Amino acid sequence: MSGGLVIVGGSYAAAQIAASARQGGWQDPITILSEEADAPYQRPPLSKRYLTEDLAETTLALRSPAFYRDNAIALELGVRVASIDRSRKLAIAETGAIWPYERLALATGARPRELPVEGARLGGVVMLRTLADARSLKGSLATTQSVVVIGGGFIGLEAAASCASLGKRVTVVEAQPRLMGRALLPGMAQWFADLHRRNGVRLALGATVKAIQGDQGKVKSVLLGSGEVLEADVVLVGIGVQPNEELARDAGLECADGIVVDRFARTSDPAIVAAGDCTRHPSPWADAPVRLESVQNAQDQARIAAATLTGKGLPYDAVPWFWSDQYDAKLQMAGLCAAQDEEVVRGSQEEGKFSVYYLRAGRLVAVHSINRPADHMLARKLIAARVEPDVERLADPGFDLKTLLPA
Amino acid sequence: MPTVNYVRPDGSRLSFDVPSGTSVMRGAVDNNVTGIDAECGGCLSCATCHVYIDEAFAGRLAPPSADEEEMLAGVAAERRAGSRLSCQIQVSAALEGLVVRIPERQT
Repeated sequence: MSGGLVIVGGSYAAAQIAASARQGGWQDPITILSEEADAPYQRPPLSKRYLTEDLAETTLALRSPAFYRDNAIALELGVRVASIDRSRKLAIAETGAIWPYERLALATGARPRELPVEGARLGGVVMLRTLADARSLKGSLATTQSVVVIGGGFIGLEAAASCASLGKRVTVVEAQPRLMGRALLPGMAQWFADLHRRNGVRLALGATVKAIQGDQGKVKSVLLGSGEVLEADVVLVGIGVQPNEELARDAGLECADGIVVDRFARTSDPAIVAAGDCTRHPSPWADAPVRLESVQNAQDQARIAAATLTGKGLPYDAVPWFWSDQYDAKLQMAGLCAAQDEEVVRGSQEEGKFSVYYLRAGRLVAVHSINRPADHMLARKLIAARVEPDVERLADPGFDLKTLLPA
Repeated sequence: MPTVNYVRPDGSRLSFDVPSGTSVMRGAVDNNVTGIDAECGGCLSCATCHVYIDEAFAGRLAPPSADEEEMLAGVAAERRAGSRLSCQIQVSAALEGLVVRIPERQT
């Protein structure tokens, strides 16, 4: 019997590969092997509405039970795949259970980096990736006064905003001199620093963590490199993620801080595709292969992987986009930018409604918008069209950017 | 429970009882209605849950917020008078029998 398509992973990319493969005409069995106990769910709300509102967990489901049933997709939860036998085409679980495959899709995602300091395993020190993590964080917040967030990236700052809006005393500790250093350029990062300070969050920038201190196994404080001690009932560590590539690497697939795939989401084994946070892939929007951690990348690359599985062969060339909601600021990002890019601002930074347009060698490469959704939606099209706008016209608020689009 | 009718681009109709207070988008996801992608899960970031509201119901809906209005400017399919993002429409008794048409594409 054919083993059909076996998908390892249990989030956006896994569910989308299954959906798109079926839609694309894949007739054989489809099995999703997920190590999580929960069926695929939305992750972005976990640092936001899930913490601040009384949100029923059922509303987080990415797909309904009807989806798996109607599409004949077997969803196997709580299965940790320990190895892949490529010569015999088998996925082998930790328990010894074996799934033969005809084609294999790796959507193993990423996991939070652990903070390599003393006390990182104390009770009350949490990371935020899974629904189980969010349940635990939400539970501890109920009896918490002081929260220290280690890491000023998206997860840390979204959680900081949520905690601040719940009335907690919040400090964010960031090793770099500015927030969101990997995603945002200095002007935008400064705007967010001001936003957090206005909302009562203390920012310790350029600060290192020496140790997390506790009492009877429970966190009490965070000791900074400067010697300062920050009281903490809860410590949230959000210092980035690392791709779950070990399964692929141990099976001899090419990895380079991510499972290496081509534009068609193919790994170095023709029987195996990969998609989502776990991959490193070429992009027409970057000079070197990239690893993107986003819902958009997971879903769009999953569609490409499914197209490959069903013999369509579509290249992955979608413009990357991201979003982050903090307080009443809706940050939407299109494209990829770099430090040397030229900046043009449209809108009002004072009123918190503006977009920053980034140009490289005259071409629009990225747009970061705050509370300007129309700018963002248009930006995706402008970047895809590789427009080269005149800087002076771009800076003119009366100039309609839609006219830059090819007719 | 109010009934919501989802009309697919080929004209076929799917009808489901959707609890009041649930969004039209969530009603689609929960019942596996394809063609409403809802990539961002309903936080007004993606515009992939675009629908056309049947004229008969247009007057019973609260108008789109400023943010929804802006996102509608970027929908993938043609924007028409009845265009809305279904994550922003909460099902209620007043919308019993609501008819929404699903566009040809969301991305």
